Amino acid sequence: MTVDGARYDDDVEPRQLLVHYLRDVLGRTGTNIGCDTSNCGACTVHLDGESVKSCTMLAVQADGSDVRTIEGLAQPPTNGDATSGWHPLQKAFHAEHGLQCGYCTPGMIMSSLDLLERNPDPTEQEVRLGLEGNLCRCTGYVNIVRSVLRAAAELRGEDVGDPAEGTVGEADVVDDPQHVDDLRNVEVTP
Amino acid sequence: MTTLDAPATPDAVVGVTKLRKEDAHLVTGRTRWTDNLALPGMLHLAVVRSPMAHAKVTRVDVSAALDQPGVVAAYTGADLQEHWAAGLPCAWPVTEDMRAPVHLPIATDEVRYVGDAVAVVVARSRYQAADAIEFVDVEYDPLPVVTDMEAALADGADLADTTLGSNECFTWPLVNGDIDAAFDGAAHVVSRRFVNQRLIPTAIEPRAVVCAPPRDQREYTLWSATQVPHILRLMLALTCGVPEHELRVVAPDVGGGFGSKLNVYAEEAICLVLAKLLDQPVKWTETRSEGYQATVHGRDQVQDLSMALDADGRIRGLRVELLADMGAYLQLVTPGVPLLGAFMFNAIYKMDALSFTCTGVFTNKTPTDAYRGAGRPEATFAIERLVDEAAHELGMEPFELRERNWIRHEEFPYETIAGITYDSGNYEAATARAKELFDYDGLREEQRRRREAGDPVQLGLGISTFTEMCGLAPSRVLGSLAYGAGGWEYAGVRMLPSGKVEVVTGTSPHGQGHVTAWSQIAAEALGVPYEDVEVRHGDTAVAHKGMDTYGSRSLVVGGYAVQVACDKVVAKARRVAAHLLEASEDDLEFADGRFSVRGSPDAAKTIQEVALAVFAAHDYPEDMEPSLDSDATVDPENFSYPHGTHLAAVEVDTETGRVHLRSYVCVDDVGKVINPQIVEGQIHGGLAQGIAQALFEEAVHDDEGNLLTGSLVDYYVPSAADLPTFVTDRTETPATTNPLGVKGVGEAGTIASTPAVINAVVDALRPLGVHDVPMPASPRNVWEAIRSASAGAESSAPAGTQGGPA
Repeated sequence: MTVDGARYDDDVEPRQLLVHYLRDVLGRTGTNIGCDTSNCGACTVHLDGESVKSCTMLAVQADGSDVRTIEGLAQPPTNGDATSGWHPLQKAFHAEHGLQCGYCTPGMIMSSLDLLERNPDPTEQEVRLGLEGNLCRCTGYVNIVRSVLRAAAELRGEDVGDPAEGTVGEADVVDDPQHVDDLRNVEVTP
Repeated sequence: MTTLDAPATPDAVVGVTKLRKEDAHLVTGRTRWTDNLALPGMLHLAVVRSPMAHAKVTRVDVSAALDQPGVVAAYTGADLQEHWAAGLPCAWPVTEDMRAPVHLPIATDEVRYVGDAVAVVVARSRYQAADAIEFVDVEYDPLPVVTDMEAALADGADLADTTLGSNECFTWPLVNGDIDAAFDGAAHVVSRRFVNQRLIPTAIEPRAVVCAPPRDQREYTLWSATQVPHILRLMLALTCGVPEHELRVVAPDVGGGFGSKLNVYAEEAICLVLAKLLDQPVKWTETRSEGYQATVHGRDQVQDLSMALDADGRIRGLRVELLADMGAYLQLVTPGVPLLGAFMFNAIYKMDALSFTCTGVFTNKTPTDAYRGAGRPEATFAIERLVDEAAHELGMEPFELRERNWIRHEEFPYETIAGITYDSGNYEAATARAKELFDYDGLREEQRRRREAGDPVQLGLGISTFTEMCGLAPSRVLGSLAYGAGGWEYAGVRMLPSGKVEVVTGTSPHGQGHVTAWSQIAAEALGVPYEDVEVRHGDTAVAHKGMDTYGSRSLVVGGYAVQVACDKVVAKARRVAAHLLEASEDDLEFADGRFSVRGSPDAAKTIQEVALAVFAAHDYPEDMEPSLDSDATVDPENFSYPHGTHLAAVEVDTETGRVHLRSYVCVDDVGKVINPQIVEGQIHGGLAQGIAQALFEEAVHDDEGNLLTGSLVDYYVPSAADLPTFVTDRTETPATTNPLGVKGVGEAGTIASTPAVINAVVDALRPLGVHDVPMPASPRNVWEAIRSASAGAESSAPAGTQGGPA
């Protein structure tokens, strides 16, 4: 199979899971395992362009396929800034604080990538439903949803502005009536 | 020496959002989770676990397993018994007469919960180890199973542990004020029983351990997905008989904890002992289903409360009788969890008397221990539910009863009836802002309209005005509670010759963003660029001491230590700068990383210039060491007390029982904020966990002690689709007991949100005669609450009347 552009030929046990092949044989440990029932989504990778839970597939089922993992998502940096080669989703998760411990993050990003490839302009609710198969225990999802919406805007070519550095604290000034109005206008998901 | 680049003048870095330094390797998959480790010759451990909740183990035979492909060794509990210097530790013997079972990492003659280890197999691959445990032959002789706490305390009850003589672990009382007088003179007494259900913490990273024996190094190295590398090192040394100085514990990237990784687990001890016996690295990684059995659970209390009130709604006294499920063994702080709640039942309210009694109970279930909030969510849930019920019985708005009883802003510092002192708070400000953001009055109006219209989907509004106790804690106070360790914290600050800074912290993050926040504190204190600070943690060889991360203590105690260590470095640098500038220290001003002579601004040295000069050590004050490093070990003078007001709006379908969380607004006061974005993120995550207790999650055992919610298929952790976007804001009332003014934030959202949501569900259903809904408020539980209320109404009402929306 091809993984992030490199070809691998290995004999594997028929029962070996794809995620264990990626992690234990290829040493590509960016893809994580969070459960044994395909519920958490931490192991999500792309197989021939579609997101799959790599704990639910056998490695042999991926024979001949093109696998893409979190480790293949970023391009090499184009300048001294390591983040310059990051995919817009990686930049957006960083900018919007869409991760805390980061264990679910590779799966979240790979699922989000599939979502945005199918629906480049999702609503908040579509993002929430699109990520239903990925569990996060740290973020409460608010900032993950913001991250995906930000990345979607950037991928559509819109100006998403600079990352939040220095702005959130100022926006949180307690007696700013505009801030209060902004908060009221936050769309609340039905 | 070469000339170093002149540093940029840094802007203020504390109190503003800085994007996290932690993220780069996490978003690109270049991570260091324990399960990523692969060492040469590494063996894989698999654990044979009891399928029975309580049984005598009459025979364990590993011989067939030893014949399986790849198997290197297999051991029974008896095989390893001589290798334990002590059982797994409980560090919080809350009373002198507390019963504590012997807790060996592998059971020998009796298993006490489903998941108790009875044997282990070591093989060359994880698949081979998993295969081979199927060939371990174990014979069990079933014993009676104890699952219900009240039944466990009844006379003649079966024993959860046949060696203990009773299922009562301890009884711990706290009485202040004249409780009988408070109740005797009361105009109203409101009594309720609440059940705080058992939860499974579910950090998304499963637990994992790798232990390498001494080879080229003299020390063992144990990597673990743990919150507490320092505590683990000490406790494993004691349990396994390995000298502490020959054991290094590393917590690499750790994928969430929420208390479940605040422990000393059997598998950690087993990996260490097997690395010793086999002289090869040994690795174990739990599967999710295995972890649900063998990693600690949280909550699980039965709470009986009575509140005495005056005719005008002033709270006179509170009685609390608590049963807390220990499970089958005592883990690291199991008995102490309900004690942390003891001081929080009176919450933000003034009262004349408090009587609190907690009984710890053994059952044949997975041990409980700290879970996000640890005792405080349970207490806050009970008091905030009870205050709502009292308001309802007195015919008052729930806010009105709260405002009549809460500690007013001008009354701080305030010694509570539980005997602790809240240093600062402003419940009025947080509440006013939350009501405004929520449109409380508008929603009440909508609720009234929908009630009058008989809408089958009713609107409910829920309130939680909470406080909590963070920053564990003053060591003397912990000593008075019989906690086995201090509450101090360590930080080291090293200025390097180039002017860059290394901060070493004894706290051990697992997603909280310590590296970023600690960098902000150090950059501000030292006047160096934020980018020039690196923070090291989670390795006992790097941070030689520490008390680790739990109980929202890291910033309050660990951040404080960073501040103190930085202040010491600045003081040293000031002396050197004065020496180099041939000026008096008193004449030096320090701003933006620059020491300048007052009145002669050109006569100045940057702190980086001082660092280089100290490294060269050609010219420095004779009576000091050439060093711009400093350590600080701080012991806080008090806990910290974040507070806030949380409001939930729910829509409850009275025909199906389905609850929909429509909106959630909270205003938290966590004191001074170092990084607003991180604070907001901590609140969001906490809310999701607290709301999950209210609406989704419950660990269920059957009467035989089988865990029916044994995987993520059955245990419902909410996804993005289950939750709304939360509206968060904050007020800032600085803590007065630490120089940063910080209070801690990690648990606030969890503590506050559970009662807010349940109060909202009950509020929606009050016209139907519903006064309580068991957690989680699943469609079934809500529907049954509606049905039983309407059945009660029918049986007591004249024929022909029907319960229904008013």
